[in-house]
Amino acid sequence: MKPTWCPGCGDFAVLNALYQALAALDLDPKNVVVVSGIGCSGRLPIFVNSYGFHGVHGRVLPTAMGVKIGNPKLTVIAVGGDGDGLAIGGGHFPHAARRNIDITYIMLDNNIYGLTKGQASPTTLQSFQGKSSPYGVAEENLNPIALALAYDVSFVARGYAGQIKHLTDLMIEGINHKGFSFIHALSPCVVFNDTYPYYGKKVTPIAPYENPSNKMRALELWQDKHHIFLGTFYKDETRQTFNERIRDIIGQFPRDDEKYFKELLNRYA
Amino acid sequence: MKDILVRIGGDGGEGIISSGDLLTMALARSNYEVFTFRTFPAEIKGGPAMFQVRFGDQTILSQGHQADILVTLNEEAFRLHHAALKPDGLLVYEPAHYKPEGSFEAYAVPLDEIASHGVKSAITKNMVALGVVARVLDLSFETLEQLIRERFGKKGDAVVAKNLEALKAGSEFVAQHPVKKQLPVFAPLESSHKHVVMSGNEALTVGAISAGCRYFGGYPITPASDILELMERELPKFGGAVVQTEDEIAAIASVIGASFAGKKAMTATSGPGLALMVEELGLATMAEIPCVVVDAQRGGPSTGLPTKMEQGDLNLAVYGAHGDAPRIVLAPGDVEECLYYMIQAFNLAEKYQTPVIFLTDQSLAHRTQTYVWPDFSRVPVINRLLPSEAELKEYDRYKITPDGISPMAIPGMKGGCYAATGLEHTEEGFPSFVPKTHTIMSAKRAQKIEEVSREKGFTARFGEKQAKIGVIGWGSTQGAIREAVEMAIQQGLSVAQLQLKMVYPLPEADLLEFLQSVEQVLIAELNYMGQLNQLFQSKFLIPTQTLTKCEGLPFFAEEILAKLKEMSGSAKAAAQGERLATHNR
Repeated sequence: MKPTWCPGCGDFAVLNALYQALAALDLDPKNVVVVSGIGCSGRLPIFVNSYGFHGVHGRVLPTAMGVKIGNPKLTVIAVGGDGDGLAIGGGHFPHAARRNIDITYIMLDNNIYGLTKGQASPTTLQSFQGKSSPYGVAEENLNPIALALAYDVSFVARGYAGQIKHLTDLMIEGINHKGFSFIHALSPCVVFNDTYPYYGKKVTPIAPYENPSNKMRALELWQDKHHIFLGTFYKDETRQTFNERIRDIIGQFPRDDEKYFKELLNRYA
Repeated sequence: MKDILVRIGGDGGEGIISSGDLLTMALARSNYEVFTFRTFPAEIKGGPAMFQVRFGDQTILSQGHQADILVTLNEEAFRLHHAALKPDGLLVYEPAHYKPEGSFEAYAVPLDEIASHGVKSAITKNMVALGVVARVLDLSFETLEQLIRERFGKKGDAVVAKNLEALKAGSEFVAQHPVKKQLPVFAPLESSHKHVVMSGNEALTVGAISAGCRYFGGYPITPASDILELMERELPKFGGAVVQTEDEIAAIASVIGASFAGKKAMTATSGPGLALMVEELGLATMAEIPCVVVDAQRGGPSTGLPTKMEQGDLNLAVYGAHGDAPRIVLAPGDVEECLYYMIQAFNLAEKYQTPVIFLTDQSLAHRTQTYVWPDFSRVPVINRLLPSEAELKEYDRYKITPDGISPMAIPGMKGGCYAATGLEHTEEGFPSFVPKTHTIMSAKRAQKIEEVSREKGFTARFGEKQAKIGVIGWGSTQGAIREAVEMAIQQGLSVAQLQLKMVYPLPEADLLEFLQSVEQVLIAELNYMGQLNQLFQSKFLIPTQTLTKCEGLPFFAEEILAKLKEMSGSAKAAAQGERLATHNR
């Protein structure tokens, strides 16, 4: 199915990067599930030739968690927008992080509500004047990287629709990461809030000498007022994943359903 | 033999539930039928608590109305419960606290003194009381001792010894001060069947595991939390995973995700949680994903009566959705049915690829009942329809079929790739806003539910074949209604009962047959508005009378009997030419 996004939409680039990442990783489409919420980014699973799940607004992370626990062998990629992930679904982000569920979460951030035609999102800059913010946005904008670092997400990176190759590499790194990986994908909306010129001036690669296991340095990088850094901010590969924990708990009990049913019922006899 | 009702009242934290549980287990092991009922405060500690157990050698249908024995641990308990004691009942009380007055036999037991000075452990007061009850009824002491060892063994020998000592002290007190009232003796019975005694929450959890549930996502809420706790403990033993999610929305979303990935999955909640889940339930209907949701109803709306019962969520369960989002709603009638109908819940969810809501309530969730050791072969397990190799060559996820059921591919299946979506979609699964597509697909989803209404085994009929009055009830009211019907028939009234175990879709054929066999219809339910009556009216458009109760408590059989008598009287009046009084509230 052909994408239905507006010409010039950053989401094309993110989709393109995802195609290339999946191809580079040589994953069999039948073992990949792309899960989404709703909004412009929500349509993405429909355009990928794998299994997909296009759910309801804001619930991409718990849905993706269910899929991954339901079948740990699957590669699960969650995609959602800035509104989906930080407004309606904002409560799920810290919990996916603390579970360290082994999925890759790509947040397509266009700094706007696109599909509802131009209202401010949690990441829209205060200076933005639009239909729902005629006098500018009253609230300060959220920074997804800051949140991910604060929630102790085990892989935190940022890419940009204007740099497909780099975004592809981040996706490969994120999908390979064991644990919850978060990729903040800057994906401008050319219709309601064209941030290409703004990002064009501000994006800067994280220097190759930076150490992604240094959380303090990562916190400094996101706070830099002059740059919007692209690359891997933070990576911790030592943590146990949620599926590993479940596997360990289940592993304590050698398979014998009949025995456990008998024991269970005997408690009540 | 007649049945006996023992009620124990005191403060939360005084060990009432513990002694009540031991009494229940001892009776069950002695092959008596039991039915327990408890109320407890919404606070963690303090506040009045009550436990009662009704037992006998025949099936006990309801919690019962009037106590034969009332044990009060303090004066407030006496004040709260003495009205529930039969006029010729036995009151066990602590004379240091107060002097009760009434026609009952007031039997003073210095519970505090025996516990504090005799046993030297004030907290064993509840065990002293249990010892008194056990001696009065001549229960098997060995069984009680064994149960105390099992229950307190983990806490060490000293704790076991103190509890045993308290039990004996209570018993010896009775030996020295015999009660006057004549009570039946409950020596162990012979039985050819092994029994279990469990709560509704426990039974449905066992049923879910046996049905093949291997993912549970849930968020704590009274009175459903024990399902989450029990799943946390048991499901890993069967290779399943449990997640205590951050909220109810995450719970149902994860359940739908796990089911999409091929696992049988469920969640359990109460009304406020179900309210949060309805958007996701619409998604499960739209994307045709099996899932099971237990709603242990409590008093509502809003936070309402969190620790009390009500059948107030029928409308939410049936209609809680935007758009046409039909689903299946089941309502088991007792603890045993919680187990078998939970297997049915999974079967229907899998077969029709749609959500199933399983409506219990606080009284059924927490009451314990004895029943025969489960025979899991009674309800064979059904799994979802998977596409064949040939079908996967040109796979359409939402293919139109005669019964509306399409084979469901699971991630990992070659050739089955599709995107499940809450958007309206074509047979292939692609989003489509073509007007006709929405009509065709809405019809497909509705047709599946139409098929469900023809499923057999979701009603139970009691009483006379042709009757003047037919009572229709749903869910946990089954026993109280049946008890009332039996009493009414004994008193010469002409009554029949139809109990619905599926409230949506309504089992149409069974209902029509029933309606043709009765002259008047009474719909009895535990909510103010008469929600089943409204659902019933939307289908059958015939005059009905309603009996509703909205007190946070189950029906007493006597309340239903009174209504049946009243209707009988008005039926006679109708025969004399007066107009039949009907009211629809």
